Amino acid sequence: MNILTIEDLGVTFSTETGDVPAVRGVSLHVRPGETLALVGESGSGKSTVALAAMGLLPGTARASGRVAVDGTEIVGASEASLARLRGRTASMVFQEPATALDPLTRVGAQIAEVVRNHRDVSRSEAAREAVELLRRVGIPEPERRASAFPFQLSGGQRQRVVIAMAIANSPGLLIADEPTTALDVTVQAEILDLLRRLAADSGTGVLLVTHNMGVVADFADRVAVMLRGEVVETGPVEDVLLRPEHAYTRGLLAAVPRLRFSGEDAPPAEEPPVVRLRDVSVRFGRVQALDGVFLDVRPGETVGLVGESGSGKSTAARVALGLVAPASGSVSLFGADLGRVRGRKRRALLSGVGVVLQDPVASLDARMSVAECVAEPLRVHRRGMSGAERRDRVAKVLELVRLPRELAGRGPRELSGGQRQRVSLARALVLEPRLLVADEPTSALDVSVQRTVLEVIAELQRELGFACLFVSHDLAVVQEFAQRVVVMRDGRVEEQGPTMATLLRPETEYTRRLIAAVPVPDPVVQRRRRAEQQAEVTA
Amino acid sequence: MSVQSAGRWGLIAPRGGAADGRSPAPLRARFARNRLAVAGVAVVVLFLLFCFVGPLVYSTDQTHTDLTQVNLAPNSAHWLGTDAVGHDQLGRLMYGGQVSLLVGLAAGVLATVIGTLWGAVAGYAGGWVDAVMMRVVDAGIAIPALFILLVVSAITNPGPLGLIVVLGLVSWLVPSRLVRAETLTLKNRDYVLTLRATGGTHGRAIRRHILPNAVSTIVVAATFQIADAILLIAYVSYLGLGVQPPKTDWGGMLSAGLTAAYSGRWWLIVPPGLAIILVVCAFNAIGDGLRDAFDVRGRA
Repeated sequence: MNILTIEDLGVTFSTETGDVPAVRGVSLHVRPGETLALVGESGSGKSTVALAAMGLLPGTARASGRVAVDGTEIVGASEASLARLRGRTASMVFQEPATALDPLTRVGAQIAEVVRNHRDVSRSEAAREAVELLRRVGIPEPERRASAFPFQLSGGQRQRVVIAMAIANSPGLLIADEPTTALDVTVQAEILDLLRRLAADSGTGVLLVTHNMGVVADFADRVAVMLRGEVVETGPVEDVLLRPEHAYTRGLLAAVPRLRFSGEDAPPAEEPPVVRLRDVSVRFGRVQALDGVFLDVRPGETVGLVGESGSGKSTAARVALGLVAPASGSVSLFGADLGRVRGRKRRALLSGVGVVLQDPVASLDARMSVAECVAEPLRVHRRGMSGAERRDRVAKVLELVRLPRELAGRGPRELSGGQRQRVSLARALVLEPRLLVADEPTSALDVSVQRTVLEVIAELQRELGFACLFVSHDLAVVQEFAQRVVVMRDGRVEEQGPTMATLLRPETEYTRRLIAAVPVPDPVVQRRRRAEQQAEVTA
Repeated sequence: MSVQSAGRWGLIAPRGGAADGRSPAPLRARFARNRLAVAGVAVVVLFLLFCFVGPLVYSTDQTHTDLTQVNLAPNSAHWLGTDAVGHDQLGRLMYGGQVSLLVGLAAGVLATVIGTLWGAVAGYAGGWVDAVMMRVVDAGIAIPALFILLVVSAITNPGPLGLIVVLGLVSWLVPSRLVRAETLTLKNRDYVLTLRATGGTHGRAIRRHILPNAVSTIVVAATFQIADAILLIAYVSYLGLGVQPPKTDWGGMLSAGLTAAYSGRWWLIVPPGLAIILVVCAFNAIGDGLRDAFDVRGRA
């Protein structure tokens, strides 16, 4: 019997502008002990399906069709019967461990509460169980950690606590909505291992909602691909990922940046660097954000700055831009000492730099039109330019980033995330900079959109010849686009060199672990890599 | 990730096709959907017409007393009766309303302007400048505005202009905190960082990005400030410390009518009282409506 059965599910949201169908005619099932991955891009309705399975749809949603968890009907069920079900028969792991836990309650008490919600056990019994659960999810010193507050734990440990709460009553169904998306890749690998072990041990069925094809290959038995509220393809993971039938799945898989395991480096550039960090250190209060960082970017080349969250990669980029002043060390931009130049000279120097930042929403002032956003650097640095010349230049740059001319008059809110990032790129390129600093420019985008934005950047770089400092957490993207890579860890440069040499034959243990943790979207290869990793751990 | 996760939980309506990004309804439409706020606008407009155009239609003598016509009940010549010195009460309501509305509007705007400048400078400068400026605000908030207002009024016996200045000077503290908080988040927005990283000046960042984006907060704060100011002048005048006769305002009229409370001369009390309540509620409703329409976070 299936632990989760969904038949012809439809979900409609009522909004200010009328009803919006989010999910149409979705049918799927999860058997005990099996993992079904529900994949799709943002807006595909995959999370809505997960929420519908828990009966957690918001009040503005209407569901039709049939959802049954372990034989209990969910659609139209009373709140009381849903409450009995949630956390006991079915439980959920959310994306963001920081907000899934109550910050003012000790983690042991939070787990014990879930236990006592469903089972009639004494307080001390529940506390003992909480410690046991913390041990099962691999938290070291569980007796001591049970009395910790969430903020005293790392992101990965918090997600382990969330998982402990989810499995507290041995549910038959676990719904995990992007459980590793907010985590670093090495932590992601650990959490996926944990989920896999727990599911195998207790025969729990897992519905895994994710956009990451590598995670799917690593974890899932079967896959359902969603597009605009409908399931377009279902099948065993090998079939869907290696022999996709639907054109959309094929396109999606083609757009996923893949880590390659062979390749050659181009000969290195020899010209003097456009930006050079020498022995730079930065402190924020008591935190040593950067510690003795050396970094060069030469004309025309792309340098990938990689590392996990908190490694200092964004801070290094900000130092290169002069936004953060180093406590010690020096920064030279186009041969001038950025720490010394002031006023007009400094502004002239900075006019040679373009910037694209991560967040497509925060990067553009919502009160300006696209044309105004792109024209802003011209207004700052080309004061003498006439209105007509400016419009001309803006139109040219919008064309360069392949945005239709009609968008010029629109507001950023009317644009999609990918279009917004291309507007940012147009703004960065409008002065024909010699250096482009891109801080996670595509991390907030869907893979297919990410691909087009990255291709536009690479193409324009060949055409215009600017150097690029490319900050990213995604090794596959960096491998594809950078000629050199700098691996950062805890504010230091762990390792740097030509991309292929560094990523294929890493010299440090840390880089090796970082690369090993990236799941590749090929279930066969991924299974082999995982086996190798585990063999290495046990050896 | 924020957009994705918001959409994930159904907070943002999922989008239909690939052509994405439905623009939200325009500000005016969103404001118009709030019936109470629209009613508030109607009330304010009606009172403005009543107080400033009304005397042209319904002309009365509000400077000379007429002791032959005191304490008359409403009749065909005096629609709302007369007061203890023979002024026509309906005319007086218009005349007093001019002071209440003008002083309230001007004081509210003045307080918002001072608060905006103070808060924007503190928030943008940051560091010790911010610390010193905000400690000044903390100290100011620790002393009740009403107390300062009463003491200053008692000493200086201000006219309408004096009242505006005094009210403005005691009530800019709350808007300054709101604007500072807004500036703190705005100055770290990616588009401001991008501007600065590519050589834009601080002046440009403030002029082109921070103030325009803080406008919603400022406008909402101003609306609430006006409501508060109208209430404050009513207090002050009620205690006899506001504008002096023959000038009056709604608070002063209430005060003058107080002796009539137990003698059944309701027309001396109910109209000015009702006017104060209606106008203050109307401005509050407008503020609420604007806040929802702008989607600004709550009042301080």
